[in-house]
Amino acid sequence: MKNSSFLIDLTKCTGCRSCQVACKQWNELPAERTVNTGSYQNPLLLSSQTWTLIKFDEFEKQGKMHWLFTKIGCMHCEQPACVSICPVGALQKTESGAVIYNKNVCIGCRYCMIACPFHIPTFEWKKAFPFIKKCTFCFDRLAEGQKPACVCACPTGAITFGTRNDMINKAHGLINKRSNTYNPHLYGEKEVGGTAVMVLAPRDVAFSDLGFPKLSERPLPTWTWNALKFVPSQIVLVSAAMAFFYWLTKRKMKKKDADKEVQHDA
Amino acid sequence: MTHNQDKIIGTGSIILISLMILSLPVAAYRYINGLGAISNLSDAYPWGFWISFDLFCGVALASGAFVVAAAVEIFGGKTMKPLLRPAILTGFLGYILVGTALMVDLGQYHRIWYLTWSWNLHSPLFEVGWCVMLYLTVLALEFAPVVLEKFKLEVPLKIFKRVSIVFIIAGITLSTMHQSSLGTMLLIIQGKLHPLWHTQILPILFLNTAIAAGIAMVIFESTLTMKIFKRPAETRAQGTLAKGLPWVLGIYFIIRIVDLTIQGRVGMMFDGSRESIWFIIEMLIGTIIPFFYFLNKSVLKSTPAMFIGSLFVLAGLVFNRFIVSWFGILVPETASYSPHIMEIMISAGIVSGGIMAFYLISRFFPVISEEH
Repeated sequence: MKNSSFLIDLTKCTGCRSCQVACKQWNELPAERTVNTGSYQNPLLLSSQTWTLIKFDEFEKQGKMHWLFTKIGCMHCEQPACVSICPVGALQKTESGAVIYNKNVCIGCRYCMIACPFHIPTFEWKKAFPFIKKCTFCFDRLAEGQKPACVCACPTGAITFGTRNDMINKAHGLINKRSNTYNPHLYGEKEVGGTAVMVLAPRDVAFSDLGFPKLSERPLPTWTWNALKFVPSQIVLVSAAMAFFYWLTKRKMKKKDADKEVQHDA
Repeated sequence: MTHNQDKIIGTGSIILISLMILSLPVAAYRYINGLGAISNLSDAYPWGFWISFDLFCGVALASGAFVVAAAVEIFGGKTMKPLLRPAILTGFLGYILVGTALMVDLGQYHRIWYLTWSWNLHSPLFEVGWCVMLYLTVLALEFAPVVLEKFKLEVPLKIFKRVSIVFIIAGITLSTMHQSSLGTMLLIIQGKLHPLWHTQILPILFLNTAIAAGIAMVIFESTLTMKIFKRPAETRAQGTLAKGLPWVLGIYFIIRIVDLTIQGRVGMMFDGSRESIWFIIEMLIGTIIPFFYFLNKSVLKSTPAMFIGSLFVLAGLVFNRFIVSWFGILVPETASYSPHIMEIMISAGIVSGGIMAFYLISRFFPVISEEH
């Protein structure tokens, strides 16, 4: 399927973490040893061994404690910052919509981790020859005509998968039909030029409270490209200017020498 | 210089060599157990002390080589000629230090040369990497005459002198490219870098501050070198170079303020936030104070006075680069980072190696001496 996307409906998520486990199973990621921090969220953070994670946020509503579950992981931006700035092109956006990583060329500079507006890529800090790790969009399953592991594992239909247009239409349909249930904002539709993971939240919950950064609609790579595109002219202009000033200086000196000689002769 | 009768290994050398030796087991430990074993870097702080200090500060501080080369060879500033060779050596060693630091910092350090065949023209880091590789070559060529002179190889020396202008111009072009592209690198973190520093003109600001830092670094380095080798200070040359500082700093100040005004961020400068205080400190120490200081004619006639002034510019540059590549970048609330002692030991070892190399090369090659 070309240009596909996830639609994550947080109102349907029950926090069962099937997606989290399915991701580990499919990608053969080991379990992590964690400590109890007083939350069911476990582990606390994404890591090189945990590529998707259900966050457990607690909210108070009418004096009662409420849980809200958020699935976090790579957002597979339409115009990904990480892809644009990787110095060796180890990250690529595929036609399927996936942002994939080629460990065979990665030099381990971690610029992608800095560049990512969602703080997603992780690194193998304990390995002698470490790589970047993150959600792969299950591109290997897609190639076999399968849906991503987390989508298949979700028992409540909170994670759906289809073409980006279908997912956007579906989300807006839901928002319009059940305006009492949903936050009218579809996160990821426009952020940083759009992402292939889009999120619906409950009506009374702000995305920023769930840890989704408030981002402009402008794709991030435009910022770097707006500067980089001047590099060819910079090369020509600076070299030409330097050559010109060198010539000018030389001429001045020759003139000075000539003047001196004239004075000398006189 | 070779007939200098002083002993080569003094207290300073012993300290430097100790720091170098101390960093070796730390590096070995990293190569066996990974970056996590010797650093406090994490997924929330993938870049830390090494990138801020060794890369961002290191490259800017090594810019003296191209600034002095332009002043002397292109604009005919003959009085500054005595500063040229030490500046080129500082630059050359500076870039080697940056490369050495990357050999520790990069996860797949042995693949650094992959840049040569796996291209991404949209990546500012790709451009920086290429420029640094090429510029290192150019600096080696610019420095080659010193070695040829030492071994009295007259024929190649003549050839080198004839074509040197090509290297000089290439070096200046490559420098303006990567000094500014280091700023471009941080453009991608719009939204993460505090708006007092994130601006589309960051590459111009980077080039501008690098030029100021290059001048300051040459003053700093030449003052110390002359002291160590017990030679008369190059006050006249330093003074001519330092005359440029108020210009560079003044232009920086104006661009910075105009840019913040256009973007409607003037209020942020004084809103009392942590970042606004950083901003004011950075502008005062790195720009405003040295601007007025170097306008004094009496300062330009005194090496100690210029040395003190250079410290302000250098401190401002270091603070600026630390902000844009570390302090000023938003991270998830739960995370924190301060460099591990072993991170600092690595950097200290690398810098000590650079200083030691500078000392030894200056001692045995015609670097500091007047015209030959």
